[in-house]
Amino acid sequence: MKYALFLGCTIPARARNYELSARRVAEKTGIELVDVENFICCGFPTKAGDMDASLLMAAYNLALARKQNLDLCSLCSSCTSALSEAAHHLQENEKDLEEVNQRLSAVGLTYEDPPKIRHFGRVLFEEVGAERIKEHFVKDLSGLNIAVHYGCHYLKPSEIHGGFDDPENPNSLEAMVALTGATVVDYAGKKTCCGGPVLPVDEKLAMKVTKGKLDNLKEAGVDALCLVCPFCSVMYDGNQKSIESEYETEYKIPVLYLTQVLGMAMGFDRKELGLNMNVVKTKDLLKPYF
Amino acid sequence: MGTVDLDRCDPDFAKELARQPEAEKIKGCFTCRTCVAGCPMSAVDDAFNPARIIRMALYGMKKEILESPFIWLCSSCYTCQERCPQGVRITDFMTLLKNMAVREGHEPSGIKAQMDLTKGQGRIYPLDDFDNKKRKKAGLPVLPTSCTMIQELFPD
Repeated sequence: MKYALFLGCTIPARARNYELSARRVAEKTGIELVDVENFICCGFPTKAGDMDASLLMAAYNLALARKQNLDLCSLCSSCTSALSEAAHHLQENEKDLEEVNQRLSAVGLTYEDPPKIRHFGRVLFEEVGAERIKEHFVKDLSGLNIAVHYGCHYLKPSEIHGGFDDPENPNSLEAMVALTGATVVDYAGKKTCCGGPVLPVDEKLAMKVTKGKLDNLKEAGVDALCLVCPFCSVMYDGNQKSIESEYETEYKIPVLYLTQVLGMAMGFDRKELGLNMNVVKTKDLLKPYF
Repeated sequence: MGTVDLDRCDPDFAKELARQPEAEKIKGCFTCRTCVAGCPMSAVDDAFNPARIIRMALYGMKKEILESPFIWLCSSCYTCQERCPQGVRITDFMTLLKNMAVREGHEPSGIKAQMDLTKGQGRIYPLDDFDNKKRKKAGLPVLPTSCTMIQELFPD
């Protein structure tokens, strides 16, 4: 298991806790992550306004990984789907492929045989597998009631994710969280979007979508939310306080990355997992486990 | 929305759309509204209604669609596209409409800002020395703060 680590834009700037914990978990479980200089944006934020530019950005990144003979692993769900969609599109559209290659020649790259594109969660679930994840556990997280958030692009559009999990009835995240001994709590609206992509257009409305899930989580009485996408985390963790003050309510629901939850069970300390960087404080909730 | 005045519609719009792979199946829509029922945005704002947008497109209401603020409310979550019984690529269709709107000069400022950053600097959150200081402190590798090849990829 050797992959080029595709960080995208949000993680290096706003989710160092995710990157830190993912690198720890990768090392522990034998996933070799190679840092590739000069990756650019995956193309996702550009797609709404300019599909061609978005396609070129994705193709550039894929060609760069391919040049180093590496498959590609992303921690971000939207990067995973934007890159996969581009690969899918270029496989079926020869004319666009020609155009892309003409543009890529300016930077000395050629897009031909694309690398395998995987979300880190998928690599853990499919390639490492439950048994081998569990082998590295030294701590039991019993007593924690955790809800999972799949978000959208971890599994959708399903045609580009090669049959991984079931977007209508997913279970890969629950299965991995349950390995730790934590109780996985089901809740209404589990599959709904975080609202993130609408943020640049209508902040209030995007936050209203985010609020809907926070309300459901509060109703279900969860201790924490577990997720696998940095932008979903921006919405639920980063913006939780503003939603609380906008709507004069209180949630105080810690938001943990899957890699932080698994990393805790693997015995890493708070700092090693970047838990001190989570916006909603995790210290009180997780005290019994450190 | 008031009555639809078919005389003011653009009959060529549907034909123009039919040539795009993202829109080729919209004619198959039988307004079952599965898309609306599962839409996280329709749930919080009924101004966004994918079934209505498809119907408007088929009527040829080009101007009303491309100048509207509502096409930008699609969060591209793909729930509708996954569930459409007629195989309409609804999310891709919304993206196509947004692209057409930009080409006609109707783009929300937030979208323009995002595109300027990604096409101009290669990142939506450009990194600076301060970011790298924080990365270093956390034990993470330092990343480039500028991106020269982006000008070669997007010279204009």
